Amino acid sequence: MKTVLLVLFSTILVNNVVLSRFLGLCPFLGVSKQIKTAGGMGLAVIFVITVSSALSSAIYHLLLVPFDLTYLSTLVFILIIAALVQFIEIFLKKFSKGLYKALGVFLPLITTNCAVLGVALTNVQNGLNVWMSTLTGFGTALGFAFAIVIMASIRESLDLSKVPKAFRGMPITLLTAGLMAMAFFGFSGINIG
Amino acid sequence: MDIVAIITAAATVAGVGLFVGIFLGVAGKALAVETNETEEKIRACLPSNNCGGCGFASCDAYAKELAAGNAPVNACVVGGAPVSRELAELLGTEVGESVRLVAHLKCSGDCAAAPKKAEYTGVKDCRLAMFSPSKNGKGCIFGCMGFGSCAEVCPQNAITVVNGIAHIDRELCVGCGACARMCPNSLIEVVEYDAFTVVDCSSPDKLKTVRESCSAGCIGCGVCAKLCPEKAITMEKNLPVIDRSLCSGCGACWGKCPTKAIKRFGAKAVS
Repeated sequence: MKTVLLVLFSTILVNNVVLSRFLGLCPFLGVSKQIKTAGGMGLAVIFVITVSSALSSAIYHLLLVPFDLTYLSTLVFILIIAALVQFIEIFLKKFSKGLYKALGVFLPLITTNCAVLGVALTNVQNGLNVWMSTLTGFGTALGFAFAIVIMASIRESLDLSKVPKAFRGMPITLLTAGLMAMAFFGFSGINIG
Repeated sequence: MDIVAIITAAATVAGVGLFVGIFLGVAGKALAVETNETEEKIRACLPSNNCGGCGFASCDAYAKELAAGNAPVNACVVGGAPVSRELAELLGTEVGESVRLVAHLKCSGDCAAAPKKAEYTGVKDCRLAMFSPSKNGKGCIFGCMGFGSCAEVCPQNAITVVNGIAHIDRELCVGCGACARMCPNSLIEVVEYDAFTVVDCSSPDKLKTVRESCSAGCIGCGVCAKLCPEKAITMEKNLPVIDRSLCSGCGACWGKCPTKAIKRFGAKAVS
Protein backbone atom coordinates (compact mmCIF):
# COMPACT_ATOMS: atom_id res chain seq x y z
CA MET A 1 0.00 0.00 0.00
CA LYS A 2 2.79 2.36 0.95
CA THR A 3 4.61 1.69 -2.32
CA VAL A 4 1.43 2.35 -4.28
CA LEU A 5 0.88 5.70 -2.59
CA LEU A 6 4.55 6.63 -3.00
CA VAL A 7 4.57 5.83 -6.68
CA LEU A 8 1.32 7.71 -7.26
CA PHE A 9 2.51 10.74 -5.30
CA SER A 10 5.78 10.94 -7.16
CA THR A 11 4.33 10.40 -10.62
CA ILE A 12 1.40 12.76 -10.20
CA LEU A 13 3.02 15.61 -8.33
CA VAL A 14 6.78 15.40 -8.00
CA ASN A 15 7.59 14.18 -11.50
CA ASN A 16 4.47 15.31 -13.31
CA VAL A 17 4.87 14.12 -16.88
CA VAL A 18 3.67 17.39 -18.45
CA LEU A 19 4.78 20.01 -15.98
CA SER A 20 8.06 18.57 -14.72
CA ARG A 21 9.22 16.27 -17.51
CA PHE A 22 7.68 18.30 -20.37
CA LEU A 23 6.38 15.27 -22.23
CA GLY A 24 3.01 15.20 -23.96
CA LEU A 25 2.71 18.95 -24.53
CA CYS A 26 0.84 18.67 -27.83
CA PRO A 27 -2.43 17.28 -26.49
CA PHE A 28 -1.92 19.28 -23.29
CA LEU A 29 -2.07 22.53 -25.25
CA GLY A 30 -4.37 21.34 -27.97
CA VAL A 31 -7.24 19.72 -26.08
CA SER A 32 -7.39 21.95 -23.02
CA LYS A 33 -9.93 24.52 -24.20
CA GLN A 34 -12.87 23.03 -22.37
CA ILE A 35 -13.00 21.04 -19.16
CA LYS A 36 -15.28 18.41 -20.67
CA THR A 37 -12.97 17.65 -23.61
CA ALA A 38 -9.92 17.80 -21.38
CA GLY A 39 -11.52 15.30 -19.04
CA GLY A 40 -12.26 12.99 -21.95
CA MET A 41 -8.71 13.31 -23.21
CA GLY A 42 -7.37 12.61 -19.75
CA LEU A 43 -9.41 9.42 -19.54
CA ALA A 44 -8.25 8.29 -22.97
CA VAL A 45 -4.63 8.93 -22.01
CA ILE A 46 -5.05 7.07 -18.70
CA PHE A 47 -6.32 4.07 -20.57
CA VAL A 48 -3.64 4.18 -23.27
CA ILE A 49 -0.68 4.75 -20.98
CA THR A 50 -1.72 2.22 -18.33
CA VAL A 51 -2.42 -0.57 -20.79
CA SER A 52 0.57 0.22 -22.98
CA SER A 53 2.91 0.31 -19.96
CA ALA A 54 1.59 -3.07 -18.87
CA LEU A 55 1.79 -4.62 -22.32
CA SER A 56 5.18 -3.11 -23.16
CA SER A 57 6.63 -4.29 -19.90
CA ALA A 58 5.15 -7.75 -20.37
CA ILE A 59 6.50 -8.11 -23.89
CA TYR A 60 9.86 -6.77 -22.74
CA HIS A 61 10.20 -9.32 -19.97
CA LEU A 62 8.60 -12.26 -21.80
CA LEU A 63 9.83 -11.81 -25.34
CA LEU A 64 12.68 -9.35 -25.66
CA VAL A 65 14.81 -10.21 -22.63
CA PRO A 66 14.80 -14.04 -23.03
CA PHE A 67 15.79 -13.75 -26.68
CA ASP A 68 18.29 -10.95 -26.09
CA LEU A 69 16.41 -8.57 -28.31
CA THR A 70 16.21 -5.58 -25.97
CA TYR A 71 17.53 -3.31 -28.70
CA LEU A 72 14.15 -3.77 -30.42
CA SER A 73 12.31 -2.15 -27.48
CA THR A 74 11.53 1.19 -29.13
CA LEU A 75 10.26 -0.47 -32.30
CA VAL A 76 8.09 -3.04 -30.59
CA PHE A 77 6.71 -0.57 -28.03
CA ILE A 78 5.67 1.83 -30.75
CA LEU A 79 3.84 -1.00 -32.56
CA ILE A 80 1.92 -1.83 -29.42
CA ILE A 81 1.08 1.78 -28.61
CA ALA A 82 -0.10 2.49 -32.15
CA ALA A 83 -2.32 -0.59 -32.06
CA LEU A 84 -3.78 0.38 -28.70
CA VAL A 85 -4.66 3.87 -29.84
CA GLN A 86 -6.25 2.54 -33.01
CA PHE A 87 -8.28 0.21 -30.88
CA ILE A 88 -9.42 3.07 -28.64
CA GLU A 89 -10.44 5.04 -31.70
CA ILE A 90 -12.55 2.15 -32.96
CA PHE A 91 -14.00 1.67 -29.48
CA LEU A 92 -14.87 5.35 -29.01
CA LYS A 93 -16.32 5.66 -32.48
CA LYS A 94 -18.71 2.89 -31.62
CA PHE A 95 -19.58 3.70 -28.03
CA SER A 96 -19.10 7.44 -27.56
CA LYS A 97 -19.45 9.35 -30.81
CA GLY A 98 -19.51 12.66 -28.95
CA LEU A 99 -16.17 12.09 -27.28
CA TYR A 100 -14.74 10.74 -30.53
CA LYS A 101 -15.76 13.94 -32.35
CA ALA A 102 -14.56 16.17 -29.52
CA LEU A 103 -11.09 14.60 -29.38
CA GLY A 104 -10.86 14.65 -33.17
CA VAL A 105 -7.34 14.51 -34.49
CA PHE A 106 -5.81 14.49 -31.02
CA LEU A 107 -6.77 10.89 -30.43
CA PRO A 108 -4.39 9.45 -33.03
CA LEU A 109 -1.88 12.05 -31.88
CA ILE A 110 -1.66 10.23 -28.54
CA THR A 111 0.25 7.59 -30.53
CA THR A 112 3.07 9.92 -31.38
CA ASN A 113 2.81 11.47 -27.97
CA CYS A 114 6.22 11.20 -26.40
CA ALA A 115 4.65 10.72 -22.99
CA VAL A 116 3.38 7.24 -23.87
CA LEU A 117 6.62 5.96 -25.37
CA GLY A 118 8.56 7.89 -22.75
CA VAL A 119 6.85 6.09 -19.89
CA ALA A 120 7.30 2.70 -21.53
CA LEU A 121 10.99 3.31 -22.09
CA THR A 122 11.73 4.80 -18.65
CA ASN A 123 10.00 1.82 -17.05
CA VAL A 124 12.46 -0.41 -18.88
CA GLN A 125 15.34 1.89 -18.06
CA ASN A 126 14.51 1.80 -14.35
CA GLY A 127 14.29 -2.00 -14.46
CA LEU A 128 10.71 -2.16 -13.20
CA ASN A 129 8.71 -5.37 -13.26
CA VAL A 130 5.31 -5.62 -14.94
CA TRP A 131 3.27 -4.63 -11.88
CA MET A 132 5.42 -1.60 -11.05
CA SER A 133 5.49 -0.55 -14.70
CA THR A 134 1.71 -0.62 -14.83
CA LEU A 135 1.45 1.33 -11.61
CA THR A 136 3.96 3.94 -12.79
CA GLY A 137 2.13 4.23 -16.07
CA PHE A 138 -1.18 4.67 -14.30
CA GLY A 139 0.28 7.34 -12.00
CA THR A 140 1.89 9.17 -14.90
CA ALA A 141 -1.37 9.24 -16.80
CA LEU A 142 -3.24 10.45 -13.71
CA GLY A 143 -0.69 13.26 -13.50
CA PHE A 144 -1.36 14.12 -17.12
CA ALA A 145 -5.12 14.11 -16.59
CA PHE A 146 -4.68 16.24 -13.47
CA ALA A 147 -2.55 18.81 -15.31
CA ILE A 148 -4.79 18.99 -18.39
CA VAL A 149 -7.97 19.48 -16.37
CA ILE A 150 -6.37 22.28 -14.35
CA MET A 151 -5.19 23.87 -17.60
CA ALA A 152 -8.68 23.62 -19.08
CA SER A 153 -10.20 25.28 -16.01
CA ILE A 154 -7.75 28.16 -16.28
CA ARG A 155 -8.34 28.50 -20.01
CA GLU A 156 -12.12 28.55 -19.62
CA SER A 157 -11.70 31.40 -17.16
CA LEU A 158 -9.23 33.17 -19.46
CA ASP A 159 -11.83 33.06 -22.20
CA LEU A 160 -14.00 35.49 -20.26
CA SER A 161 -11.13 37.78 -19.27
CA LYS A 162 -9.75 40.71 -21.15
CA VAL A 163 -6.47 39.42 -22.57
CA PRO A 164 -4.24 41.94 -24.43
CA LYS A 165 -4.55 41.41 -28.15
CA ALA A 166 -0.96 40.27 -28.68
CA PHE A 167 -1.35 37.53 -26.06
CA ARG A 168 -4.67 36.06 -27.13
CA GLY A 169 -4.74 32.38 -28.01
CA MET A 170 -1.49 30.42 -27.83
CA PRO A 171 0.78 33.02 -26.15
CA ILE A 172 -1.27 33.32 -22.96
CA THR A 173 -1.74 29.54 -22.91
CA LEU A 174 1.99 28.91 -23.07
CA LEU A 175 2.60 31.52 -20.37
CA THR A 176 0.04 29.81 -18.17
CA ALA A 177 1.68 26.43 -18.77
CA GLY A 178 5.02 27.93 -17.79
CA LEU A 179 3.57 29.36 -14.59
CA MET A 180 2.00 26.01 -13.75
CA ALA A 181 5.34 24.29 -14.32
CA MET A 182 6.97 26.76 -11.97
CA ALA A 183 4.34 26.06 -9.34
CA PHE A 184 4.89 22.31 -9.62
CA PHE A 185 8.60 22.93 -9.29
CA GLY A 186 7.82 23.41 -5.64
CA PHE A 187 7.23 19.69 -5.30
CA SER A 188 10.66 18.75 -6.58
CA GLY A 189 12.40 19.15 -3.26
CA ILE A 190 10.23 16.52 -1.59
CA ASN A 191 12.32 13.47 -0.86
CA ILE A 192 10.56 10.51 0.68
CA GLY A 193 12.90 7.81 1.93
CA MET B 1 27.15 -10.85 -40.30
CA ASP B 2 25.01 -12.82 -37.96
CA ILE B 3 22.15 -13.99 -40.19
CA VAL B 4 20.36 -15.63 -37.30
CA ALA B 5 20.22 -12.39 -35.33
CA ILE B 6 18.85 -10.46 -38.31
CA ILE B 7 16.21 -13.10 -38.95
CA THR B 8 15.27 -13.27 -35.26
CA ALA B 9 14.87 -9.51 -35.07
CA ALA B 10 12.84 -9.37 -38.25
CA ALA B 11 10.70 -12.29 -37.17
CA THR B 12 10.01 -10.77 -33.74
CA VAL B 13 8.92 -7.44 -35.11
CA ALA B 14 6.94 -9.12 -37.88
CA GLY B 15 5.32 -11.41 -35.33
CA VAL B 16 4.26 -8.56 -33.09
CA GLY B 17 3.05 -6.62 -36.10
CA LEU B 18 1.03 -9.57 -37.36
CA PHE B 19 -0.56 -10.14 -33.98
CA VAL B 20 -1.42 -6.46 -33.70
CA GLY B 21 -2.81 -6.43 -37.23
CA ILE B 22 -5.07 -9.41 -36.62
CA PHE B 23 -6.27 -7.95 -33.32
CA LEU B 24 -7.17 -4.64 -34.97
CA GLY B 25 -8.83 -6.35 -37.89
CA VAL B 26 -11.08 -8.37 -35.62
CA ALA B 27 -11.81 -5.35 -33.40
CA GLY B 28 -12.59 -3.24 -36.45
CA LYS B 29 -15.14 -5.75 -37.70
CA ALA B 30 -16.64 -6.41 -34.28
CA LEU B 31 -17.03 -2.76 -33.34
CA ALA B 32 -17.85 -1.39 -36.76
CA VAL B 33 -20.07 1.68 -37.02
CA GLU B 34 -22.45 1.97 -39.92
CA THR B 35 -21.96 5.13 -41.90
CA ASN B 36 -24.60 6.29 -44.24
CA GLU B 37 -23.09 7.16 -47.62
CA THR B 38 -25.92 9.54 -48.48
CA GLU B 39 -25.37 11.32 -45.20
CA GLU B 40 -21.70 11.86 -46.05
CA LYS B 41 -22.59 13.27 -49.47
CA ILE B 42 -25.20 15.57 -47.95
CA ARG B 43 -22.78 16.76 -45.30
CA ALA B 44 -20.26 17.65 -47.99
CA CYS B 45 -22.79 20.08 -49.55
CA LEU B 46 -23.39 21.98 -46.32
CA PRO B 47 -21.34 25.11 -45.53
CA SER B 48 -20.11 23.88 -42.11
CA ASN B 49 -21.03 27.09 -40.30
CA ASN B 50 -22.62 25.02 -37.51
CA CYS B 51 -24.70 28.11 -36.72
CA GLY B 52 -27.96 26.30 -35.91
CA GLY B 53 -29.94 28.50 -38.28
CA CYS B 54 -31.57 25.47 -39.89
CA GLY B 55 -33.06 24.54 -36.55
CA PHE B 56 -30.75 21.60 -35.93
CA ALA B 57 -27.82 21.48 -33.55
CA SER B 58 -25.08 21.36 -36.17
CA CYS B 59 -24.42 20.73 -39.84
CA ASP B 60 -23.87 17.06 -38.98
CA ALA B 61 -27.27 16.86 -37.26
CA TYR B 62 -29.00 18.50 -40.23
CA ALA B 63 -27.28 16.09 -42.63
CA LYS B 64 -28.43 13.15 -40.53
CA GLU B 65 -32.06 14.32 -40.48
CA LEU B 66 -31.98 15.07 -44.20
CA ALA B 67 -30.69 11.58 -44.92
CA ALA B 68 -33.52 10.17 -42.83
CA GLY B 69 -36.00 12.32 -44.72
CA ASN B 70 -37.06 14.30 -41.66
CA ALA B 71 -35.91 17.74 -42.72
CA PRO B 72 -36.71 20.22 -45.49
CA VAL B 73 -33.99 20.83 -48.07
CA ASN B 74 -34.32 24.60 -47.85
CA ALA B 75 -33.58 24.99 -44.13
CA CYS B 76 -29.96 26.10 -44.49
CA VAL B 77 -30.00 29.89 -44.25
CA VAL B 78 -26.28 30.31 -44.77
CA GLY B 79 -26.14 28.17 -47.90
CA GLY B 80 -29.33 29.69 -49.23
CA ALA B 81 -30.77 28.81 -52.62
CA PRO B 82 -27.66 27.20 -54.16
CA VAL B 83 -27.29 24.69 -51.33
CA SER B 84 -31.05 23.97 -51.36
CA ARG B 85 -30.82 23.17 -55.06
CA GLU B 86 -27.83 20.86 -54.56
CA LEU B 87 -29.53 19.04 -51.71
CA ALA B 88 -32.76 18.69 -53.69
CA GLU B 89 -30.79 17.18 -56.57
CA LEU B 90 -28.98 14.78 -54.27
CA LEU B 91 -32.15 13.62 -52.57
CA GLY B 92 -34.35 13.77 -55.64
CA THR B 93 -36.90 16.14 -54.15
CA GLU B 94 -38.31 19.57 -54.93
CA VAL B 95 -36.68 22.69 -53.56
CA GLY B 96 -39.70 24.48 -52.20
CA GLU B 97 -39.93 28.05 -51.03
CA SER B 98 -37.05 29.67 -49.22
CA VAL B 99 -37.43 33.04 -47.65
CA ARG B 100 -34.46 35.27 -47.00
CA LEU B 101 -34.21 36.08 -43.31
CA VAL B 102 -32.18 38.72 -41.50
CA ALA B 103 -31.66 39.65 -37.89
CA HIS B 104 -33.00 42.88 -36.48
CA LEU B 105 -32.01 44.61 -33.24
CA LYS B 106 -35.02 45.91 -31.34
CA CYS B 107 -33.27 48.91 -29.88
CA SER B 108 -32.18 52.30 -31.17
CA GLY B 109 -30.89 53.71 -27.90
CA ASP B 110 -27.38 54.63 -28.95
CA CYS B 111 -25.06 57.09 -27.20
CA ALA B 112 -26.93 60.06 -28.62
CA ALA B 113 -30.47 58.86 -27.87
CA ALA B 114 -29.82 57.16 -24.54
CA PRO B 115 -26.95 58.83 -22.71
CA LYS B 116 -25.19 57.09 -19.84
CA LYS B 117 -26.44 57.74 -16.33
CA ALA B 118 -23.85 55.59 -14.59
CA GLU B 119 -20.43 54.24 -15.37
CA TYR B 120 -20.00 50.51 -15.76
CA THR B 121 -16.55 49.28 -14.87
CA GLY B 122 -16.99 45.53 -15.07
CA VAL B 123 -15.97 43.06 -17.76
CA LYS B 124 -17.24 44.30 -21.11
CA ASP B 125 -19.42 41.34 -21.94
CA CYS B 126 -23.18 41.57 -22.41
CA ARG B 127 -23.87 38.37 -20.50
CA LEU B 128 -21.79 39.44 -17.51
CA ALA B 129 -23.21 42.97 -17.56
CA MET B 130 -26.66 41.45 -16.90
CA PHE B 131 -25.60 41.01 -13.28
CA SER B 132 -25.20 44.75 -12.82
CA PRO B 133 -28.43 46.43 -11.61
CA SER B 134 -28.19 49.24 -14.14
CA LYS B 135 -26.70 46.99 -16.86
CA ASN B 136 -24.23 49.16 -18.81
CA GLY B 137 -25.16 52.47 -17.24
CA LYS B 138 -27.72 53.61 -19.81
CA GLY B 139 -30.95 54.87 -18.35
CA CYS B 140 -32.91 52.06 -19.98
CA ILE B 141 -32.09 48.59 -18.61
CA PHE B 142 -34.00 46.80 -21.38
CA GLY B 143 -31.88 48.06 -24.23
CA CYS B 144 -28.72 47.11 -26.07
CA MET B 145 -25.62 47.25 -23.89
CA GLY B 146 -23.23 47.59 -26.77
CA PHE B 147 -20.50 45.25 -25.56
CA GLY B 148 -20.70 43.19 -28.71
CA SER B 149 -21.33 39.66 -27.47
CA CYS B 150 -23.60 39.22 -30.49
CA ALA B 151 -20.84 40.43 -32.81
CA GLU B 152 -18.54 37.75 -31.44
CA VAL B 153 -20.87 34.89 -32.37
CA CYS B 154 -21.86 36.15 -35.78
CA PRO B 155 -20.39 33.72 -38.33
CA GLN B 156 -20.70 36.30 -41.11
CA ASN B 157 -19.13 39.22 -39.17
CA ALA B 158 -22.27 41.18 -39.94
CA ILE B 159 -22.51 42.91 -36.56
CA THR B 160 -20.49 45.89 -35.45
CA VAL B 161 -20.99 48.13 -32.43
CA VAL B 162 -21.71 51.65 -33.66
CA ASN B 163 -22.33 54.51 -31.26
CA GLY B 164 -22.81 52.20 -28.32
CA ILE B 165 -25.33 49.75 -29.77
CA ALA B 166 -25.04 46.80 -32.11
CA HIS B 167 -25.57 47.45 -35.78
CA ILE B 168 -26.50 44.50 -37.97
CA ASP B 169 -25.54 44.77 -41.61
CA ARG B 170 -28.70 43.74 -43.47
CA GLU B 171 -26.77 42.65 -46.56
CA LEU B 172 -24.18 40.49 -44.80
CA CYS B 173 -26.61 38.87 -42.39
CA VAL B 174 -27.87 35.41 -43.41
CA GLY B 175 -30.46 35.08 -40.65
CA CYS B 176 -28.90 32.14 -38.85
CA GLY B 177 -30.12 33.43 -35.49
CA ALA B 178 -26.90 32.92 -33.54
CA CYS B 179 -27.01 36.53 -32.32
CA ALA B 180 -30.68 36.21 -31.35
CA ARG B 181 -29.84 33.21 -29.19
CA MET B 182 -26.85 34.99 -27.64
CA CYS B 183 -28.44 38.33 -26.69
CA PRO B 184 -29.12 38.16 -22.94
CA ASN B 185 -31.76 40.89 -23.24
CA SER B 186 -33.46 39.03 -26.12
CA LEU B 187 -33.27 42.12 -28.27
CA ILE B 188 -32.64 40.48 -31.62
CA GLU B 189 -35.43 39.06 -33.74
CA VAL B 190 -35.07 37.25 -37.03
CA VAL B 191 -37.44 38.69 -39.63
CA GLU B 192 -37.90 38.45 -43.36
CA TYR B 193 -35.51 40.53 -45.40
CA ASP B 194 -38.56 42.01 -47.10
CA ALA B 195 -40.41 42.91 -43.91
CA PHE B 196 -41.88 46.40 -44.12
CA THR B 197 -42.09 47.57 -40.57
CA VAL B 198 -40.06 47.01 -37.44
CA VAL B 199 -40.13 48.27 -33.88
CA ASP B 200 -36.83 49.59 -32.60
CA CYS B 201 -37.57 49.33 -28.90
CA SER B 202 -38.05 46.61 -26.29
CA SER B 203 -38.90 48.69 -23.25
CA PRO B 204 -42.15 47.76 -21.45
CA ASP B 205 -42.08 51.14 -19.71
CA LYS B 206 -44.24 53.98 -20.97
CA LEU B 207 -44.41 57.72 -21.38
CA LYS B 208 -42.30 59.69 -18.94
CA THR B 209 -40.21 56.71 -17.74
CA VAL B 210 -39.06 55.96 -21.26
CA ARG B 211 -38.49 59.59 -22.17
CA GLU B 212 -36.27 60.08 -19.12
CA SER B 213 -33.85 57.44 -20.42
CA CYS B 214 -34.11 57.42 -24.19
CA SER B 215 -35.29 59.86 -26.83
CA ALA B 216 -35.81 57.11 -29.41
CA GLY B 217 -37.79 54.65 -27.34
CA CYS B 218 -41.40 53.54 -27.69
CA ILE B 219 -43.57 55.41 -25.17
CA GLY B 220 -46.49 53.01 -25.53
CA CYS B 221 -48.97 55.61 -26.76
CA GLY B 222 -50.67 53.14 -29.13
CA VAL B 223 -51.18 55.60 -32.00
CA CYS B 224 -49.71 53.10 -34.46
CA ALA B 225 -52.19 50.44 -33.42
CA LYS B 226 -55.13 52.84 -33.69
CA LEU B 227 -54.08 54.10 -37.11
CA CYS B 228 -53.22 50.84 -38.86
CA PRO B 229 -55.66 50.33 -41.75
CA GLU B 230 -54.97 46.57 -41.85
CA LYS B 231 -55.34 46.19 -38.07
CA ALA B 232 -51.92 44.54 -38.09
CA ILE B 233 -50.68 46.11 -34.84
CA THR B 234 -51.65 45.21 -31.30
CA MET B 235 -50.17 46.74 -28.16
CA GLU B 236 -48.64 44.31 -25.70
CA LYS B 237 -46.69 45.46 -22.63
CA ASN B 238 -46.62 49.00 -24.02
CA LEU B 239 -44.94 47.82 -27.21
CA PRO B 240 -46.45 47.36 -30.67
CA VAL B 241 -46.62 43.79 -31.96
CA ILE B 242 -46.84 43.58 -35.74
CA ASP B 243 -48.65 40.78 -37.52
CA ARG B 244 -46.45 40.62 -40.60
CA SER B 245 -48.94 38.62 -42.60
CA LEU B 246 -51.34 41.60 -42.41
CA CYS B 247 -48.86 44.48 -42.69
CA SER B 248 -49.01 46.00 -46.17
CA GLY B 249 -46.21 48.53 -45.73
CA CYS B 250 -48.51 51.52 -46.12
CA GLY B 251 -46.40 53.54 -43.72
CA ALA B 252 -49.23 55.09 -41.73
CA CYS B 253 -47.56 54.15 -38.47
CA TRP B 254 -44.10 55.33 -39.55
CA GLY B 255 -45.30 58.88 -39.99
CA LYS B 256 -47.35 59.20 -36.81
CA CYS B 257 -44.96 57.71 -34.24
CA PRO B 258 -43.89 60.53 -31.88
CA THR B 259 -40.47 59.04 -31.24
CA LYS B 260 -40.00 57.22 -34.57
CA ALA B 261 -39.62 53.95 -32.66
CA ILE B 262 -41.70 52.11 -35.25
CA LYS B 263 -40.13 52.57 -38.60
CA ARG B 264 -39.56 51.29 -42.07
CA PHE B 265 -37.18 48.32 -42.10
CA GLY B 266 -33.90 49.38 -43.61
CA ALA B 267 -34.41 53.08 -42.80
CA LYS B 268 -31.65 54.76 -40.82
CA ALA B 269 -32.39 55.47 -37.16
CA VAL B 270 -33.52 58.99 -36.26
CA SER B 271 -32.45 60.18 -32.80
